[in-house]
Amino acid sequence: MEAFQQAIAEQVAEQQLHHGKAQFFWVWGALLAMTAIEVYLTYQNLQPVRMLTILMGLSLVKAALIIGYFMHMKYEISQMKWLTMCALVACLALMMIFFPDALRILSLGVK
Amino acid sequence: MADVTLPHDMPAVYEPSLFGTYSKKIGMWLFLMSDSLTFGALLYAYSYGRISTPNWPTPFHSESIVNATIMTAFLLTSSLTMVLAVRASAEGNAKAQRLWLLATMACGMGFVILHGREWSKLIAEGLTLPVFPKLPGQAVAGEFVNVAKTVPQFPATFFGLTGMHMLHVTLGVVYLGVVALRRKFIPILLIMWLVAWLGTPSYSPFHYGAHVLLVAAVVCSIVLWLKPKVYDSSDVEVAGLYWHFVDLVWMFIFPLVYLMSAKIL
Repeated sequence: MEAFQQAIAEQVAEQQLHHGKAQFFWVWGALLAMTAIEVYLTYQNLQPVRMLTILMGLSLVKAALIIGYFMHMKYEISQMKWLTMCALVACLALMMIFFPDALRILSLGVK
Repeated sequence: MADVTLPHDMPAVYEPSLFGTYSKKIGMWLFLMSDSLTFGALLYAYSYGRISTPNWPTPFHSESIVNATIMTAFLLTSSLTMVLAVRASAEGNAKAQRLWLLATMACGMGFVILHGREWSKLIAEGLTLPVFPKLPGQAVAGEFVNVAKTVPQFPATFFGLTGMHMLHVTLGVVYLGVVALRRKFIPILLIMWLVAWLGTPSYSPFHYGAHVLLVAAVVCSIVLWLKPKVYDSSDVEVAGLYWHFVDLVWMFIFPLVYLMSAKIL
């Protein structure tokens, strides 16, 4: 059992230590900068649809940075990357099926 | 079918994992995927309510946006300290690992305190839910007294979504505390529960919400006494995955709930 734990610890070390610490600081800085842009745009009182598009775009980039670098997905093997991310995105995308109904309520009203 | 007994000293031969990593990590990823569907459903419910309600309230002014931005900075910084903790554990530096984990917990607690302050302010201004305790006197003359009656979708989805996230952050702090301090964390957790319970007025939802910490203390005690172990680098990495996920979810809640519902004068 100890040998097994040791093998896992070696795998963690191998995955975690093959890149420098500086990368994490760059990602952190980029995330903070994108947050600052989002807040700046809020103070510009943009048109809502345009604002939503920009904010969701920035959020997706931030999510990709967190998953890729902080959660280390970038360094996993391709089966792990594709199976987990495709399944997740497909499930979340399926939930969008409800949005046309929300718009229908707006145009028809609740009876 | 015949039973086969393997001697303990026999070297085990395992089939390599399909995902190229150890099972604990795959288990955490599967949990996070299911949890992201929970948050996905809540975010979609919020968006649905927003699309289908023309007079959606915009309760967040400059002060709230500044508060939420500081909360976001806390979470992003906690993610940085968490990766540094994972790295320190991979290097075998136990002291640095513990310090970075404690720094992560401090940022997480800062986030929860600021969020609690925001909730209390909104509740005092009249934005509330029927399940929340009534304010003394109920003579609230705030901006949102009628919102709960005219647009009940707003407080329901806002408190549901942000409350679920706050619960995740709180449990994340407990999780990291157990990994960093093991049994020494239990008395600290009990003190946190007492402070949260006795330090909040009886009409605050946090007065009752604080009991989450008591339940967490009981569960952690059972786990730590039944299966005591020294948490290694893989445990820290798996805890890190959970923490980053909590940060990741906030990257969608912050713009959708706060920035898109802001009224900057």
